[in-house]
Amino acid sequence: MTHFEASPLLCVQGLSKRYGSFTALHEAAFDLWPGEVMAVVGESGSGKTTLLNVIAARMQPDHGSVHYRMRDGALKDVHAMTQAEQRLLARTDWGFVHQHSAEGLRMDVSAGANVGERLMGLGHRNYGQLRATAQEWLQRVEIDPLRIDDTPRIFSGGMRQRLQIARNLVTSPRLIFMDEPTSGLDVSVQARLLDLLRQLTQELRLAMVIVTHDLAVARLLAHRMVVMQRGRIVEMGLTDQVLDDPQHSYTQLLVSSVLQP
Amino acid sequence: MSSASPINVIKASQPEVQVQTAPDVNFAYLDERTKRMIRRAILKAVAIPGYQVPFGSREMPLPYGWGTGGIQVTASVIGPEDKLKVIDQGSDDTVNAVNIRRFFQRTTGVQVTTLTREASIIQTRHRIPETPLQEGQMIVYQVPVPEPMQRLEPRETETRTLHALAEYGLMHVKLYEDIARCGHIATTYDYPVMVNGRYLMAPSPIPKFDNPKMHMSPALQIFGAGREKRIYAVPPFTSVESLGFDDHPFEVQKWNTVCALCGSASSFLDEIITDDQGSRMHVCSDSDFCQERQADQTSAGVKHDAL
Repeated sequence: MTHFEASPLLCVQGLSKRYGSFTALHEAAFDLWPGEVMAVVGESGSGKTTLLNVIAARMQPDHGSVHYRMRDGALKDVHAMTQAEQRLLARTDWGFVHQHSAEGLRMDVSAGANVGERLMGLGHRNYGQLRATAQEWLQRVEIDPLRIDDTPRIFSGGMRQRLQIARNLVTSPRLIFMDEPTSGLDVSVQARLLDLLRQLTQELRLAMVIVTHDLAVARLLAHRMVVMQRGRIVEMGLTDQVLDDPQHSYTQLLVSSVLQP
Repeated sequence: MSSASPINVIKASQPEVQVQTAPDVNFAYLDERTKRMIRRAILKAVAIPGYQVPFGSREMPLPYGWGTGGIQVTASVIGPEDKLKVIDQGSDDTVNAVNIRRFFQRTTGVQVTTLTREASIIQTRHRIPETPLQEGQMIVYQVPVPEPMQRLEPRETETRTLHALAEYGLMHVKLYEDIARCGHIATTYDYPVMVNGRYLMAPSPIPKFDNPKMHMSPALQIFGAGREKRIYAVPPFTSVESLGFDDHPFEVQKWNTVCALCGSASSFLDEIITDDQGSRMHVCSDSDFCQERQADQTSAGVKHDAL
C-alpha cells in the first residue's frame, strides 16, 4: 500500500459552524497526510458539505482552525490568510470538483479553454503550449482530444465530471476536494470515473477529501473514512475497518442499510 | 433646506464670459452638486488609472445608450472657455454627434469645432481621431459596457473581486476562444487593455485600430458609462497595453486599399456601398481628418486618383 510521510498535509482542529441556532458542524478534527484519500460519509444534512466547504476555505468557521502545509513546508492557517492568498492556493495547489459540473466549469467556453484557464491565470501566454497541455489532459481523463473545441454544454454528465477533474489537475495540485462527484451518474459511468480517480490519485500522489453518501465509493477510493451524523464525527478509521466492523450504532445502521443486488 | 439660492449664487459667480444659454437651465444642464459629485469620481478615476469608479448617474434628457455617461462627464468638466468637438464613429455630422453638440451649445453656449487640434474637449462615440491628441486636450468616451469581463462572469461581486486581486486569467480565456474558433483573435472592437500594468479595462467599443493611440497619449482620457454608473480614466502618459498571446500577438486591422477621397493609407477606413450593383468605396471614418487632407491637396494643386 501507499506509505505516508511523517508530517500531515492538512490539520483540522475543533471545527464548528452554526447556521443560526442550527449546528451544522461540531468540533470536527482530523489530519490528512500527503497522498491520502479520505472519504466523508453520512446521510443528507449531516454536515458533510459544510465540513468540505469550511476546510476548503469557501466558508468561514465559527470556531476551530484548518492548517495546510504549503510547498515550502510551512504550516499555515488557511482562514488567517488574505483572500488573495486563499484564492491563489485554491487555484494552484488545490482543486475543487463540484457535484454539479455547471458550478465548476464554464459552460459556454470550449473544453480547451476550461482546462487552460488556471494556466492563463498564472500568466501562461503561449497559445500553442496551452492547447497542447489541454489536449494532453483531455487524453488523460479519457476525453477524445478532437473534442477540445466543443463546449461542455454538449458533453455527457460523465464527460463533464472528467473535464472538471482535468481542469483542476492541470496545475498539479497536491490536494483535491470532491463534493459527491459521482452522484447523478449511471453506474457504469460511475465505475469508469472511480477507476480514473483511483489511477490519478496514485500516479500524482494526490491527497483527496471526498464527500459521498455512497459507501461503495468510499470502499473503492478511500484509505480512511469519517462518518458524520448531525454535524458530529461519530466514527473515523481505516475504510475497511469501519465498513467491516462498525462500532458506532449509526455507522452500523448505515452499513446495514446498503442494498445488496 | 432652502433650495432656490445655491444655483443663483453659482450663476452669479460664473466668470465674466457672456454665455448665451437656454433659459431656466443651469450651465451645462446638470446642477452644481451633481457636477461636483461627478468631478470627485473623475478625480478618483484619474488617481487610479483604469479603475471603475461608481457614481450617481442622473436621468438625462436622452435614452441610455445614446451617450448619457459621456454627456455627464463632459458637462462636469466643461467651462465657458472650452471648445468642444463631438464625434460619432469618427464623423462630426451624424445624428448622435449633431444632437450632443447642439445640446451643449444650448446649455453652455461654448464654442464648437470640428477640428481635432483646436478642440479642448472631444466627446467621442467609438473612435479616437486620427490627428494625434495633444497635451491639455481631454477626450471623453461614451461607454455602453464598462466591465470587460461581463460576458464571461456575469456576477459583479465576482468581477470586482477579480479586479481587486488582479486575477485576469479570464480575459485570456476569451482570446483563447477566439483563436480556437477563428484561428486568430477575432475581437475587433472593445479590445481589452491593461492600464498602467494593473487594471484591466474596456476601452469602449472603439476599433482595436485605435488601441495603440491610447498608449502614452498626452491627452487625458475619461470614460463615462451612464446606465452602468461607472467612470474610469487614463491620465496622460500612461501605459495602455492590449492583451495577446506570445504566438498570437495583438494586431490592428489593415486594408489593402486607400481612402477614395483623400488617399490616406494610414487611417481607419469605412466601407460604403454606393449602389445596388455591388459597387463600394473605402473612405476615412474620421470625416474631419479626411476633409482637411482633401483641402490641403486641392490647395497644393495635387491631383489624386480616385478609385
